[in-house]
Amino acid sequence: MTQLVYGTLGYDAAHMLGGLMLLLSFTLLSQRRMTALIDIYALQATCLALAAFWQGHVQSAPALYLTGAIAFAAKAVLIPAALRRLMLRLQLTETMEPALGIFASMALGVGLVVLSIMVVLPVTMQSQALTREDLALALSVVLLGLLMMISRRSAFAQVIGFMSLENGLILAAIGVAGMPLVVELSLAVLILVAFVVFGAFLRRMDRQFHSLDTTNLDRVGGQHR
Amino acid sequence: MSGLTLPVLVTVMAGLLALVPVSAAIGPRLALIGTAILAALGTATILVHLLAGAPPTTLTLPVGLAGQSTILALDGLSALFTLIVLAVAAMAALAACDDAHPWPTAPALPGFAAGMLLCLLASDAFALVAGFELMSVASFVLVATHHTEEGVQSAARLYAGMAALSGLCLIAALALLAPNGASFAAMRTGGVEPWRATLVLALALLGPGAKAGLVPLHVWLPPAHAAAPAPVSALMSAAMTKVALYVLIRLVFDLAGSGNPLWWGLPLIALGIAGAVLGALRANMEMDIKTILACSTVENIGLITLGLGLALAARGADLAPLARLAAGAALLHSLAHAGFKSLLFLGAGAVLHQAGSRALAKLGGLAKAMPITVACLLLAAASLAGLPPSAGFAGEWLLFQSVIGAVRLGGIGLQVMACVVAAMLALATALAASAALRLAGVALLGRPRSAAAAAATDPGPALRWAMLLPALAVTLIGLAPGLVLALAQPALAVMLRTAPDDTLSILALQAGDHAQLYAPLLIAALLAAFLVLITQLLRRHAVQGARGGPLWDCGYGDPPAWQPFGDPAAQYGGASFAQPLRRVLGPLLLDLRETIHTPPPGDISVARLHTAISDPAQRLVFTPLGQWREAISRLADRLHFLTVRQILTMMGALLALLLAYIAAMEQL
Amino acid sequence: MSALLALAALLLHLALMLASAPLLLGVVRSAKARMVGRQGPPLLQPWRDLLRLLHKQPVVADSVSLVFRAAPALCCAAMLAAITLVPSFTLGMATAQASDLLVLAGLLALGRAALVLAGMDTGTAFGGIGASREMLFAVFAEPALLLVVFTLALMTGTTNLDAVITTIASGQLGLRISMALALVSLAIVALAECGRVPVDNPATHLELTMVHEAMVLEYSGRHLALIEAAACLRLLIWFSLLAGIFAPFGIAPKADGQGPILLLLWAAGAAIWAVKMLVLALGLAAFETSRAKLRVFRVPELLGMALLLGLLAAILLFVSQGFAHGFGGDGA
Repeated sequence: MTQLVYGTLGYDAAHMLGGLMLLLSFTLLSQRRMTALIDIYALQATCLALAAFWQGHVQSAPALYLTGAIAFAAKAVLIPAALRRLMLRLQLTETMEPALGIFASMALGVGLVVLSIMVVLPVTMQSQALTREDLALALSVVLLGLLMMISRRSAFAQVIGFMSLENGLILAAIGVAGMPLVVELSLAVLILVAFVVFGAFLRRMDRQFHSLDTTNLDRVGGQHR
Repeated sequence: MSGLTLPVLVTVMAGLLALVPVSAAIGPRLALIGTAILAALGTATILVHLLAGAPPTTLTLPVGLAGQSTILALDGLSALFTLIVLAVAAMAALAACDDAHPWPTAPALPGFAAGMLLCLLASDAFALVAGFELMSVASFVLVATHHTEEGVQSAARLYAGMAALSGLCLIAALALLAPNGASFAAMRTGGVEPWRATLVLALALLGPGAKAGLVPLHVWLPPAHAAAPAPVSALMSAAMTKVALYVLIRLVFDLAGSGNPLWWGLPLIALGIAGAVLGALRANMEMDIKTILACSTVENIGLITLGLGLALAARGADLAPLARLAAGAALLHSLAHAGFKSLLFLGAGAVLHQAGSRALAKLGGLAKAMPITVACLLLAAASLAGLPPSAGFAGEWLLFQSVIGAVRLGGIGLQVMACVVAAMLALATALAASAALRLAGVALLGRPRSAAAAAATDPGPALRWAMLLPALAVTLIGLAPGLVLALAQPALAVMLRTAPDDTLSILALQAGDHAQLYAPLLIAALLAAFLVLITQLLRRHAVQGARGGPLWDCGYGDPPAWQPFGDPAAQYGGASFAQPLRRVLGPLLLDLRETIHTPPPGDISVARLHTAISDPAQRLVFTPLGQWREAISRLADRLHFLTVRQILTMMGALLALLLAYIAAMEQL
Repeated sequence: MSALLALAALLLHLALMLASAPLLLGVVRSAKARMVGRQGPPLLQPWRDLLRLLHKQPVVADSVSLVFRAAPALCCAAMLAAITLVPSFTLGMATAQASDLLVLAGLLALGRAALVLAGMDTGTAFGGIGASREMLFAVFAEPALLLVVFTLALMTGTTNLDAVITTIASGQLGLRISMALALVSLAIVALAECGRVPVDNPATHLELTMVHEAMVLEYSGRHLALIEAAACLRLLIWFSLLAGIFAPFGIAPKADGQGPILLLLWAAGAAIWAVKMLVLALGLAAFETSRAKLRVFRVPELLGMALLLGLLAAILLFVSQGFAHGFGGDGA
């Protein structure tokens, strides 16, 4: 395995792709329009695929090429296309105000990044810089996805938050050398299954409430409270 | 020669004290003229002392508490602050001389100045407390001058409460430091245990900190500074807050020992930066020019405290260059703030006197009517806004450099803190710039909003000079901050116990191994050269002259004959200028509440928008404190209804307890 | 000798800047027009506008004070002073020692303050609305800018722009996420400071949506010419700054006994600088045509994002090991 040292091209490119994913996570947090959300998500998935290719190249692990190909096909092409179709079908043109203000959720996001850095740094003091940084970045992407799910009322945006969270998981997985392929494959299958479930759920919700505002669900849950 | 400084200063102080009863008997104007002369004499003496780099001196006076003498001393730190106090006092008294019939409590002014001077020269606990209390009492009398006006009484009451609290905390802190004797020399040699020193830090933040206007105990400051006559406000804002900071520095940096842990700096940093942001934001919201200036004092005290905190933390971490940088920033900004804030308050006094109001809604259009005042105020506002090459920018430049340096203090927690502090510092300076431009733009420029503002003229010669001299000083500080920093070197040596930096440049400020450089003279020269170039180019190539006429205003009609300056309501005012900021930051920081009252259908009265903001310290600290006080007083009230026998029982029990305590202490 | 060369470089730089500032605006305008299918004005139109304005007699309302008359010259002088601090084709100009990023921010603020006061001095509703909104944007743009400065200072060990560019150009920093984040942050700040879409629309004719234009509504003649010149210069400052920090290749090193090859380096530096400006101008035009202007109260959100990205840039530096040493010394 090539030693990834700070300042070399191998390090820099991996670092850059991870950072780009984080930046795109922040961009997701700052968007209100659905089409923009889908586009940015697709872009993030593309970055993920590139990161996987790059890691495959540096770690000389051909399995990672497969991961990258799956990520690109499923998440950068298929799922965004399906989401766009769903959007057209449900005629989602409304922009919904997030439950938490944009600035507040972004500030919280920065706090979460600091938190993940603080958690990852001491634990991985022994390992090499790239693993350390990649883990910190991946954990940040995961937490930002979670934040996206918390801070949005629209079920559609929550779905995107969930899938961006999963991107963070994959990023962590490819950064660690020697992660078995089966783990990544099962994650990929999981996300596809989850997506099908979400799609069905969204359509049902739209039929029931004529809106994707999840606050509607509180009423349903309240029936047996 | 240098040995004479302290005796001269003591004479000045004695003269000021003597002025109080004499002028009370003869007339208040004597107090002002006397203060101006004595303070000017003192200023000249201390300036010579500082420029000559004279060594510290001590003087023992044979007067004092029974069986004790009073020790006075003048070292680098007290000399620098003495310069601030005496110079501001001279200007404030000179400004007040402009009025043939000064306010009735003017005889308290020399007492106020003498109290501050005693505070700075004191080298034992008793003299320090005496000076501090004299300063508090005299300034309380001055704040309560216009006690018949609305709001002044409550401001004075709040001020008295805070002054009592800070006095008590100061006494407690000194008592903790003085197991070996009340003189500062004994405190220094005695050494202090860590728990004692920590307690002193807390008390210093509570006592002198509150007096300086540190959050969260700054609430008294804006109303009190606004209530006092303008020269007194200048003295309070520019000098008294600095004296309080001096006491804080003396206690924490000097008397509590030289080896402090790093974390000591953190409360100062946190309180400082919070005060800076809060003060600057409030300065954008207030509608009274003196309150705006007082809020900006809270901001500037916050900035200085931030510098002190960074210096303290760096001293704890053994980062001597960073400590010197940060402490230098704090001292430079102290001097700059003293200069431009006294100028602003004296100018505000001139505006109040000439245009008859302090309310933004009644001012405006003064630039043509009182050109000298407005020019001085614009110069000071540039410092307030931190624009290069003004005096305000120099201190902020050094401060930002020391915040960048603060990432070297320690682990990732401190590094993230440095980042956040940098962002908040930038926010505070940007907010201060907005506040300064709002003040200048609404109060001084534009069209008059009242008949009195339209008829204003420049004030008389005394007040004019009292503005021109500080303006000159502020310009000098702005152009040669290195010189000021050189004067502050002995003070830094006292604060940090390090050898002075001899690689200092007088022409420019430097930081970080001298890689960064701020050369105000070069910037000023560039600006001047380009201004000349532009005017020459225009003279050669552009059509000369200009056509007069009414404002275009996108085709808005000419004002009617009976309203020569147009409808004041059609002009942007203080409230409307602040509206965007209030809407964006108000809900988060100022607990903004907006209600719209719309008349019912059919009613033709106008709709009204009510906005209410409150200081978070008011909500989080003062309101609960008030509730506790009431609970305690209710409890105490029950004592009134006890029978005689019950009262006697209580007194007897208390006496027995005390005796038991003494007996127990003797056993140990 | 090297001092003379540094002075010559400064003078050449100034001449280049003065000549190209209006031209740059012309490129942006005509590229924007082409992108939406219009012919657009000729490239030299901003120059012609300036000359035309110089030949018109200004109208100055009777109610305004000296501040209104002096502000355009002060604003323009501040921009000129700022532009002497930002290197274009070569490093090591005569002002290199003093080219501090904080001072640069201060000079830009000085230019803004002059116009804000002028807007308030007119005493009209539009002057006030422009001034108040300009300050709102500044309150959020300034922290973002200073956080980027903070990040750069941590990476390179200094806030001196010349030294920052030298360090980045030497390539020893490598690709860094923090640089990418700082770039996005600084680009947003640049859009706000120059009053471009989506923050403000420089071509608007609807008074209520104006910010910068509203402040200067009362100006005409030579005063307006100065203000327009200052606006061109501001755009050029920001473009040069972005290009210098984030694409520092091709810039000539400090004149230090290279001999006649120096002239070649300078010429190459100027050519590469021109290409960078062209790319940035086309990028700005493309961005502006694809975006709508934001509502005023959405702008703080955008600038808040820039602020947070700047914060993130600095924080991520602490993860990747180490930043430049030399700040405040390493202690005893």
